[in-house]
Amino acid sequence: MPSNLIDALFVFMLAAFIGFEVIRHVSPLLHTPLMSLTNALDAIAVVGAIVLVGERKAPYATVLGVIAIVAATSNVVGGFFITDRMLRMFKSSRPAKAEGTKS
Amino acid sequence: MNAEFAGSQYLIEVIYLVASALFILSLKWMSSPKTARHGILAGEIGMVLAIGGTLLHHGIVDYKWIIIALVLGSGIGIPLGMVQMTAVPQRTALSHAFGALCVTLVGSAEFYLQTPHIPKFTMSVLAMEVILGGLTFTGSLIAAGKLQEVLPQRPITYKGQNIVNLALLAVAIALAVYLVIHPEAKQYFPAIVGIALVFGVFLVIPIGGADMPTVISLLNSYAGLSAAAMGFVLNSKLLIIAGALDGSSGLILSVIMCKAMNRSFTNVLFGAFGQVQTSAAAGQEARSVRSATPEEAAAILAAANKVVVVPGYGMAVAQAQHKVRELYDVLTKKSVEVRFAIHPVAGRMPGHMNVLLAEADIPYDRLIEMDDINGDFPQTDVALVIGANDVTNPAARTDQSSPIFGMPILDVDKAHTVMVIKRSMNPGFAGIDNPLYYLDNNLMLFGDAKQFVGSIVKELGGH
Repeated sequence: MPSNLIDALFVFMLAAFIGFEVIRHVSPLLHTPLMSLTNALDAIAVVGAIVLVGERKAPYATVLGVIAIVAATSNVVGGFFITDRMLRMFKSSRPAKAEGTKS
Repeated sequence: MNAEFAGSQYLIEVIYLVASALFILSLKWMSSPKTARHGILAGEIGMVLAIGGTLLHHGIVDYKWIIIALVLGSGIGIPLGMVQMTAVPQRTALSHAFGALCVTLVGSAEFYLQTPHIPKFTMSVLAMEVILGGLTFTGSLIAAGKLQEVLPQRPITYKGQNIVNLALLAVAIALAVYLVIHPEAKQYFPAIVGIALVFGVFLVIPIGGADMPTVISLLNSYAGLSAAAMGFVLNSKLLIIAGALDGSSGLILSVIMCKAMNRSFTNVLFGAFGQVQTSAAAGQEARSVRSATPEEAAAILAAANKVVVVPGYGMAVAQAQHKVRELYDVLTKKSVEVRFAIHPVAGRMPGHMNVLLAEADIPYDRLIEMDDINGDFPQTDVALVIGANDVTNPAARTDQSSPIFGMPILDVDKAHTVMVIKRSMNPGFAGIDNPLYYLDNNLMLFGDAKQFVGSIVKELGGH
C-alpha cells in the first residue's frame, strides 16, 4: 500500500504539471469548449462506478453505483457532443493564413 | 492470483495507459481551433477504450445494471449536448454537478464497503473526495439555477456569512480527521457528506452573476480534484491523471478570470461583489448624455473605416448575436473593417462570447482578445458596445474609489466615437456608475440590443 501510494502521488504530480503546461497553451477563444471537454474527460470516474455496480457487493453499493454511472455517462455523452458542436462553429475567414491575424 | 487473472489485469492497465495518453493529447490539440476537433476524437477514443477495458475487469459478475445505467445516462446526455449556445454556462454548471455526484456516491459506497478496516491514507483521501464532491454537487446546482434564472442572480448575503461558512467547513474537516483515526465510527460519515452539501449551497448563494466565470472555473477545478481523490481511493492512475488534468484546467481558468477582474480567490468567494453599494451612483447630479437614433448610428458606422464591436452578457440575453452577424456582413461589404474585442470575463463563463459569435458564423480570426486589441482603440473610428458595461468602465483606470479600480478594461473611450447600446441608464449588474456614458465622444443608443442592431442593419440596406 505505501509504495502504491507514493506511485500514485508521483502520477498526480506529473499529471498536474502536464495539465498546467498543456492548458496554458489553449487559446482563450476555446475556453468554453475546453471546459466542456475536460468535463467529459473527468467523467472517466464512471469506471469506478462500473466496477462498483459489477462487483455486486451490497445492494446499497449497486444503487449508488447505478446513479453514479447515469450521472457520469450523461457527462461523457453530453460533454463530447456539445464540445463537437461548438468546435464545428469556429470558422476562419481566411483558411490559408488564419494564424497571422494578431497584429 | 492465477496467471489468466493477472493477464486480464495487465491488459486493462495497458488500455488505461493508452487512454491516459489520448486524454493528454486531446487537451493538447485544443490549443488551436484547427486541431481542436482531433482533440475530441482522441478524447472519445480514450473514453471508449477506458470504459471497454473496465468491462473486462475480473471482479465484474453482473452486467445488467451497468448496461441499463449506461443507456440511461446516454439518454440524458444527448439532450444535454443539444442545448442552445446561450444556455452553455448553465449546462456546464449542471455537468460539474453530475460529475461531482458520481464521485460522491462512489466515495460513499466505498466507505461503507470498507469500514471499519480503512487505512488512514485511504480514509483521508476518501474524506477529501466526498467533501469536495459534495460541495461541488450542490454548489454547481445553485450556480446552474442562478444562470438559468430560476434562482435570483443577486448575491444573497447576511451578517456573519463567512464565519458560518468557515465554521461549517471546519466541522466537516474535524469529523473527517476523527474518522481517519477511528474509521469504525461510521455514524459520522453521513454528517460529513451532509455538511459538504450544505456548505456548497452556502458557498455559491452569495456570489453574483458577474462572478460566475470565476465560480464555474473554480467548481470545475474542485470536480477534477475530487475525481483525482477518488483515483487515490481506488488506486486508479487513469482517474488520478484525468482528475489532475481537469483540476489544473479549472485552476488555470480561475486564475485567468480573477486576473481579468483584478480580484483574488478569497475576494470572489467571500467578497459578495454585488453587495458593494457605492454611494457614487446616487451622488451624481444629472450629467448630460447624448443619444442617437438608428439612422444616425448607421450613418456614423457607414462613414467609418475601422469598427470594433464589444459584446457583453447583454448581447447574449437579448439573443442579438445573429443581428450582430448581419451588421458585420453589411459593414464588411461596405469595406469597413469590423473586429470584435473580447474581454476575458465577458459573459457568464470563460470564452462565452467567442462561442456565441462563432455560432452566429462570425469568423474566429475577427475575435480579438483584450490585450491584443487595446492598443488599437485610438485608431478605431467607432467602438460599438453591445450589452457590456463594467468591462468598458474607464473608472477602473482612473477612479481609485471605484470598486472595480485596477480591473483591466477594454479602452473603448479612446476610440474616436463610442456607441453604447443599452436599455436605459440603469447602472450595470454591480451597481457601478459608468463615466463612459457622459464622455463627449460617447453616444447612447437606447433600446433592445437585437432590435436596435436590426434597425441599423435595415438603415445600411442589409435587409
